[in-house]
Amino acid sequence: MTEFIQQFINGLSLGSIYALIALGYTMIYGILRFINFAHGDVFMIGAFSGYYLAILFSFTTFTGGASVFMAVAILICSMAVCSVLGFTIEKLAYKPLRNSPKLTILITAIGVSLFLEYSGQLVFGADPKSFPTLLENKQIMNIGGATVFSNSIVVIAVSCILMLILRMIVMNTKMGTAMRAVSFNHTVASLMGININRVISFTFILGSSLAAAAGILFGLNYPKVDPLIGIIYGLKAFVAAVLGGIGNILGAALGGMILGIVETFVSGYLSSTYKDAIAFGILIIILLFKPTGLLGKKEIEKV
Amino acid sequence: MKIKTIILLSFALISLTFYSCNKQSGDIIKIGEFASLTGSEATFGISSDNGMRLAVDEINNSGGVLGKKIQLITEDNQGKPNETQTVVQKLINRDKVVAILGEVASSRSKAAAPICQQNKIPMITPASTNPEVTAIGDYIFRVCFIDPFQATVMSKFALNSMKVKKVALLVDQRNAYSTGLAESFKKTFVEMGGEIVEEQKYSAGDKDFKAQLTTIKYKNPEAVFIPGYYTDVGLIGIQAREIGINVPLFGGDGWESEKLTEGKAKDALEGCFFSTHLSMDDPNPLVQEFIKKYRAKYSKEPDAMSVLGYDAAMLMFDAIKRAGSTDGEKIRNELAKTKDFKSVSGNITINEQRNAVKPAVVLEIKDGKFKYKETIAP
Repeated sequence: MTEFIQQFINGLSLGSIYALIALGYTMIYGILRFINFAHGDVFMIGAFSGYYLAILFSFTTFTGGASVFMAVAILICSMAVCSVLGFTIEKLAYKPLRNSPKLTILITAIGVSLFLEYSGQLVFGADPKSFPTLLENKQIMNIGGATVFSNSIVVIAVSCILMLILRMIVMNTKMGTAMRAVSFNHTVASLMGININRVISFTFILGSSLAAAAGILFGLNYPKVDPLIGIIYGLKAFVAAVLGGIGNILGAALGGMILGIVETFVSGYLSSTYKDAIAFGILIIILLFKPTGLLGKKEIEKV
Repeated sequence: MKIKTIILLSFALISLTFYSCNKQSGDIIKIGEFASLTGSEATFGISSDNGMRLAVDEINNSGGVLGKKIQLITEDNQGKPNETQTVVQKLINRDKVVAILGEVASSRSKAAAPICQQNKIPMITPASTNPEVTAIGDYIFRVCFIDPFQATVMSKFALNSMKVKKVALLVDQRNAYSTGLAESFKKTFVEMGGEIVEEQKYSAGDKDFKAQLTTIKYKNPEAVFIPGYYTDVGLIGIQAREIGINVPLFGGDGWESEKLTEGKAKDALEGCFFSTHLSMDDPNPLVQEFIKKYRAKYSKEPDAMSVLGYDAAMLMFDAIKRAGSTDGEKIRNELAKTKDFKSVSGNITINEQRNAVKPAVVLEIKDGKFKYKETIAP
């Protein structure tokens, strides 16, 4: 039983990171109906900006100087860095193509992704970097042998808080209402006086800052970052978004958690060899029975 | 128009070929090196490359080989097996090297060996310990011990010095070195009376090991054997401690890197052990002299990989001298005859399987540094 609890916590903290990245995929899909493949790499840039900011803020010793205030400052700064990055990517790469075929913009997204990965290797170096200790990692609970460390809880808690804030923005603000309107219909929304370009930029800013937060939480939990981590984590988060129903914010969060927990249980109880095979197998089965994902709504294609 | 272009192009190609042929002759001997100068095992490549460059400087300052200077052409394979094949092809076909040195990681040496064998270019790997590497062909040699021996060393050490009987394994399933060493270890450890309580797998580059480690924890091992590379081992160590595994971890020469104990891994790996080729605490004057020279040139501390890089290069130069020619077959024959070649990491005698027979040392991690623990002879 304690083993089960421990695995469950492992799965939740991995799932929270997937969920945060998946939110970006799903929001951008909701607004623009396209998969932003560069999103996983924005997550990587988030982790690296955390790494460099921590050095800048003189976390030179890897263990000393950890404080909650600094950690929050670094989190917010990296979110700002990635917001700018997301905004720029959209303005430079996607906006000029808004009226081109969907395939063109998809290929562009792959191009942006490769650009970020390999310029990352050039600028940061290809060898993995040890992420500094932002927060002291203390053992806070011991449930009959299942040790719970503060970092896992921090990851889960921060993700939940960010997701709640996101939900408030989307449901209760004017910008959120505009986002929802644009996701229903671009033309009608613009007829109602909504500035579509601003809404799209805002969506990219929001999605990218969540990816940055995921990057920092990742560094907290798995303190080794390299320029190619965006590939596999981006792909997994994309799967999570599809699993929960792409375009649906709650679905992305749910999908991420499910994927994290399934992966952990498969590697823990069966073998990590089958980890991805089973996780992706579950995706296929769910999509067979519910093609729109767990919480996705059926969309009627108008001809 | 089109035909003209084709003719012009072929002329250009032919002249290029002549040009590269012309470059060959001269008073230099070209030796190719492939190494992981970047990528997740970058310190392997950088250390062995530094060692080799030290050897090249030394031999050139003392008059070179056969009256010619040695030129070392280094290619970075970014730690990828397929990239390795490309760069080794390039070294052989375009740079026309007479011999190849490389690499530390067995998977990459295995990717390069068939190409060297095919082209009859002798190759020495400084530190690839997987037995299959030299089994690829009779042009492939190594200056280090092999994994079955390393497994015996660690089995003996676990049973006699660490006094543990129940061991769990965490193996990198995509890495020839890791799976090979794990197989040998399981066999010898059980034969000597130990018990393997659990075996879990991961893939190099994974960041989350908590699921596997949690399963291992509840099997209550007395120690965990992790035959992986330092990048993953550091992260595994940190997560093992978070999960609550407080028993010692131990592994093989893949741990040897200054980056192993970087960051939080320093505390996580305190009191852990690994086997490797030699200790920098070794009072042997050859070793101490090497450390001095290395410090002077690079102003940093050498590790076992740099020593093996140096030894591999020195053995190659010696074989070329003995062969009196740069002909691949002659160099190969001389390499095969190597007996009691004096090198920093101990005398090298190449056996029938083209492996070096040498003792291994076990190091203990203390305060982020590697301290000599004991030597285990073959």
